[in-house]
Amino acid sequence: MDAFLSEAFLTALLYGAMTAGVPLLLAGLGEQISEKAGVLNIGLEGMMLLGAYAGFVAAYYSGSFWLGFLGGGLGGLALAALMALLCVRLGMNQIVIGIALTIGAEGLTALLHHFQFARSYPRLDEVPVLALPGLEEIPVLGPALFRHHALVYLAVLLVPLLAWLYRRSAIGLNLEAAGNKPGALDAAGVSVTRTRVSAVLATGFLAGLGGAYMANVGAGLFVPFMTGGDGFIAIVLAMLARGRPVWVIFGALLFGISLALTTALQVTGVNVPTDVVQMLPFAMVILVLVIFARHSVLPPALGLPYVRGDR
Amino acid sequence: MSAVAESPRAAWLGATARILLPVLLALVAGGLILLILGKDPLEYYGFVVQRGLLTWAGLQESITRSAPLLLIAAGLIIAFRAGIWNLGVDGQFLLSAVAASALAPALAGSLPDWLVLLLSCLLAFAVGALWSVIPAILKARYGINEIITSLMMSFLGISFANVLVKLAFRDPATTVPQTVTLPVEDRLLRLFGNTINLGIVIALAAVVLVHLMMTRTAFGLKLQVVGANPRAALHAGLPVGRLTIATFALSAGFAGLAGAVEVVGVLGTIRADWNPAYGLLVVPLVFLARFNGWAVIAFVFAFAVLQIGGESAARRIGVPHFYVLVLVGLLLLFLAVVEYLDHLRRQRRGQ
Repeated sequence: MDAFLSEAFLTALLYGAMTAGVPLLLAGLGEQISEKAGVLNIGLEGMMLLGAYAGFVAAYYSGSFWLGFLGGGLGGLALAALMALLCVRLGMNQIVIGIALTIGAEGLTALLHHFQFARSYPRLDEVPVLALPGLEEIPVLGPALFRHHALVYLAVLLVPLLAWLYRRSAIGLNLEAAGNKPGALDAAGVSVTRTRVSAVLATGFLAGLGGAYMANVGAGLFVPFMTGGDGFIAIVLAMLARGRPVWVIFGALLFGISLALTTALQVTGVNVPTDVVQMLPFAMVILVLVIFARHSVLPPALGLPYVRGDR
Repeated sequence: MSAVAESPRAAWLGATARILLPVLLALVAGGLILLILGKDPLEYYGFVVQRGLLTWAGLQESITRSAPLLLIAAGLIIAFRAGIWNLGVDGQFLLSAVAASALAPALAGSLPDWLVLLLSCLLAFAVGALWSVIPAILKARYGINEIITSLMMSFLGISFANVLVKLAFRDPATTVPQTVTLPVEDRLLRLFGNTINLGIVIALAAVVLVHLMMTRTAFGLKLQVVGANPRAALHAGLPVGRLTIATFALSAGFAGLAGAVEVVGVLGTIRADWNPAYGLLVVPLVFLARFNGWAVIAFVFAFAVLQIGGESAARRIGVPHFYVLVLVGLLLLFLAVVEYLDHLRRQRRGQ
C-alpha cells in the first residue's frame, strides 16, 4: 500500500482536490452571501451550469481564459437577475423558482451544446499557469497547490476579503440584517429589496465563475449536466459554514478531495468502479449533516419574501 | 379562496385559465427557442402529437410510460400536500428498481408469478421508503432542510444503484453490465395490445387512493394540517415529527413502486448507468394540478405523450430530448408567474 503515500499519488490527489474544490469554493461563498441576506438560492446548480456553458463559449470564441471567466460570471449573473426579479422583487416562492431555473438551465445548455458542439466536441488549449515563485519548489505541495491559474489564488483571497466585509463593513451589516431582521433594516432606511437583489446577483456571478472554471480549467470543454450536483453540495457547504467564509474553504477542500479521489486512484493503478468513488462526496455530505445537524444555522428570515408591514 | 364571492362559472373559468395559461406560455416560449435554433416549432409539436397520441403504437407507449410517472406523482402528492419537499425521487426510484430486478428473476420459477410480482413490488416500496429515512429524521428532529438532504441521498442512491448493478447483481451471461433478465412471460399481465401492462392500472389506482386518502381520511387531513402550518399542527397536539417521517416513507415508497413497475412491467432488467431521471420532471406536473389526483392523471398523460413523441422527434426532426427539460423549466416558471398574477388580482379585488 506504499503507492498511496507516494509523491505522485499525493500530488495528484491535492492538485485534483484544488481543481475540483475551486468551483465549490466560489459557488459556496456565493451562496453564503444570498443566505446571509435571507434568500435560499436553490437555483445555484443552474447558475453554475449556465456559467459553465457561457464561460466555455466565451473562452472558445475569444481564445482568452479571462474573457471566458467573465462570460461565465455574466451567465450566472443573468440567471440570478431573473431569480432576483421573480423572488425578491415579486416575492415568488424561492424553491419553485430555484428548481425551475435549474431544470431550465440543464435543458437549455444541453440543447445549445447539441446544436453547437455535439459533432466536434472542441476543447480549449492548455490552461496558462501562474506558478508562485519559491513556493512551487516545495515537494508535493508545490506542484499541487502553487501551480494553478491566477483565478485560483484570487478565489482563495476572496475568503479573507468576504470575512472582512461581513465583520467590518456596513455592507456586511446590511446583509446580515436583511436575513435576520429585515424589518429593522427597512426601519433604518436601507432597502431590503435592494440589499437582497445585490446579494443574489453576487451569488449568481460567483456561481457562474465557478462553473466556468469547472468547464474551462477542470475539463477543458463543456459537457451537458457537467455540474452533476456540485451546486447542491455548495449549498450544503454554505449551510454548514454558519456564515463564516473560512469554513467554506475547508469544506470545499474536503469535498474536492473526495471528488478528486477517482483520478488519483488511477495513478496508483487501483481499479475501483468510478461509481463507488462518485458516492463519496454525497455520502460525506450526509455524514457531515448527520454529525453536525444541530449546528447548522440559517438566518430566521431565510426563504421568506419581505413584505413591508407583514408580520 | 377569495374573500369576495365569485360566481361559480367565473371561478371555474379562472381555475381553467390558471392551469392552461402556463402550459400555453411554456409551449409558445419553447417554440420561440426552437425557431431561434432553426427548427419549425409547429412541425415539432405536430409530430409529437402525431407520434405520441395518434398512432396506436405511440398511444400504447404513452400509456405505458404514464405508469411510473403516475406512481411518482402519487408519492409527490402526499409529500407536497404535507409540506414536504421530497426531491430525492430519482434515487428512490432507481434503487428500488434495482432491488426489484434482483429479486424477481431469482424467485421466478420457484414461486407463482403473482407472488413474485407482489413481493418485488413490496420490496421496492420498502427500499424506496428506507432511502428516505435519513432526510426524514434530519427534518423531523433538527429541522434540516429536506430539499438538500433528499437531493444528496438521490445522487448517492443513483451511484449506489450503479454499483449494485455492476458488482452485486450483475448477470454473468451478458457482456454489458446489467441484472438478470426477467422472462417476458413472468412479467406483469399485458392488456389490450402488445405493450400496455397491468402497471397502468396499479398506477391509476394508486393516484386515486392517494387522492382519497389525502382529502377524505383523518390521516390525510392531519398531513394537510402539518403542511399548511406546522406550528399550528404542533399546538394542536399532532405528532409532527412522526407524521413527517410517515409522509417521507409513503412518498418515497410510491417512487420505489414506480421503479418496480418499470422493471417487472416493461424492462425486465436494469442496465448499468440507466437513469431516466423522471423525478424532477413530475414535480411541475403535480404543482400544475394543484396536488389534485384527477388533474394529475390528465397532466401526466399529456406529459407522457410529449416524452414519447419527443423521443421520436429527436430522431426524425433532430431536436434532442433535452428540449423537454426546457419546456418543463419554462412550465414551472410560468406557473409561478401566473399564480403570482392571480394572487395580485385577488388582493386587489379583496381591498
